[in-house]
Amino acid sequence: MSIDLSTNLGALQLAAPTLTASGCAAAGRELAQFGDVATLGAVVTKSIMLNARSGRPTPRMAETPSGMLNSIGLQGPGIEQFIEKDLAWLTEHGVTTVVSIAGGTVAEFGELAGRLNGEPGIAALEVNISCPNVESRGQVFACNHDSASEVIRTVRSQWTNSAPILAKLTPDVTDIVSIAQSVVEAGADGLSMINTLLGMVIDVDAMRPMLGGKTGGLSGPAIRPVAVRAVYQVHAALPDTPILGMGGIRTGHDALEFLAAGASAVSIGTVVFGDPSAPWRIARELGEELETRGYRSVREVIGKAHQAG
Amino acid sequence: MSNAQQLTSTITSITRVGAYWHMVLRAPSIADAVLPGHFVAVAVGDAGSSMLLRRAFSIHNATIGESIEVIFAEHGAGTKWLATQKVGAQLDIIAPLGTPFILPRSTMSCVLVAGGYGSAPMGMLARALKRQGCHVEVILGAASGDRLFGVLDLKRDADNVTVTTDDGSSGVRGRVTDVLAEIIGQSGAGVVYACGPMPMLKAVAKVATEHSVYSQCAVEEAMACGIGVCMTCVLPVIGDDGQTRMVRSCVEGPVFRGDRVRWDDVHTIPADTVGAPIPGGH
Repeated sequence: MSIDLSTNLGALQLAAPTLTASGCAAAGRELAQFGDVATLGAVVTKSIMLNARSGRPTPRMAETPSGMLNSIGLQGPGIEQFIEKDLAWLTEHGVTTVVSIAGGTVAEFGELAGRLNGEPGIAALEVNISCPNVESRGQVFACNHDSASEVIRTVRSQWTNSAPILAKLTPDVTDIVSIAQSVVEAGADGLSMINTLLGMVIDVDAMRPMLGGKTGGLSGPAIRPVAVRAVYQVHAALPDTPILGMGGIRTGHDALEFLAAGASAVSIGTVVFGDPSAPWRIARELGEELETRGYRSVREVIGKAHQAG
Repeated sequence: MSNAQQLTSTITSITRVGAYWHMVLRAPSIADAVLPGHFVAVAVGDAGSSMLLRRAFSIHNATIGESIEVIFAEHGAGTKWLATQKVGAQLDIIAPLGTPFILPRSTMSCVLVAGGYGSAPMGMLARALKRQGCHVEVILGAASGDRLFGVLDLKRDADNVTVTTDDGSSGVRGRVTDVLAEIIGQSGAGVVYACGPMPMLKAVAKVATEHSVYSQCAVEEAMACGIGVCMTCVLPVIGDDGQTRMVRSCVEGPVFRGDRVRWDDVHTIPADTVGAPIPGGH
């Protein structure tokens, strides 16, 4: 029996259910050593900003139980070089590409969307309103209904093509469902969830935070139950809004949990650092998990865990 | 970018060598592509391990068509787990990774400087240089004699080996840099190669640059992925255009020109770095 692994995020058709996660696969090129990136659901590129950005000081990483803390701080070449080098490479190699954008201000998000609007080869736009590695919590737009909606409304006004806009949400809020509702009302076609959780590790020999940026984003299997919960709650409230689920997915079994919670597709993030072939492996394993349970497609299990009431 | 392979490799030997471990991994397809300075990233723990990230080790030796060898020290939970592995155990490895040492185009005198088990890649390098007809001087330093690695093998591979220890328990009492200038002078060295802790590399690069000698330093930075996607292992390096950028030690490195790394600014973002934060801005 062959399992239909195709799925879709709203209007975006995906040949495979596993995507990379923003910030965990650069712009796809390095992963090409380990598999054909054109066969992935999509490559979600590292969040790009308007200008080149150096990121935060090192140490930028601390391994934690079943996870890691990072404070990269959106290091990147800026939008022009990204378009010229990274997007060009992805397009040339036939990769389904989701471009993630990050701005320091609402206006910057608008400018980025406007700049990318005419570029070919963009399957979806992911709007990273939830990166924790910025100087001020006030810049984590997704922590607040008004700023989250304002960013999405501004991006929507600059984005005139049919590729969906996905808003990336943080679980570091009191009520993720109401933030999700705000961004959907503001024009998001779908949601990417979850971003990392804000954390800290302290070096007790040096008696100071381990990371150069002091705080960092916690990711990996350690946060998976938080992510599954968030996807479940948001899918229950917004059953017609497609969700790209992520947060510590390590196996096909984990991916199936997210689909059952209501995700239409999944991103593989931190696990790629330890296993660069994970996005392909997990798609294969997901097929086996579905087959074992007598399912024939990814689509039929999306939101399945809600049926029991 | 190197063309790395991810594969399951069998341990064919694992033995204690002084303060360190020497491990041989069967990896025929990888061994053929290994150059001095390349590294391997090894997954640690069992399938459901709570340690998600690989451990990176410089490759000590490669036997074409057979195996690669690494030297490691028991530092944390990952390397402690590795030390419990037996012959026949299988490890998920990725190699060869990184930018290796650049060999001189012509025959010249070279000085290889290593601290602790930073000497791991130096035997391969010394042999490659000798094959080119270079004169090879080696300086090995450690806190104490028991933290030295590979002295005897390097005596075979190189023309001369000088040992320094902080406590004087072996060789000359002092640091590698206490003897470096003299050895550069005596041998008329054109290149200094170095591998070891960052403070040592900084000091070695300074001496080399002061003597107008080109240096190649293999840096040690904490890495999450080893393949260039995470942007964790960056350090400030001056490019050909004179601009400082935060570059990845796993892909652009681990070997850098000693005069291009901004050693005093490691762990910071120098204000003139491309894309550095603007005070008061984002």
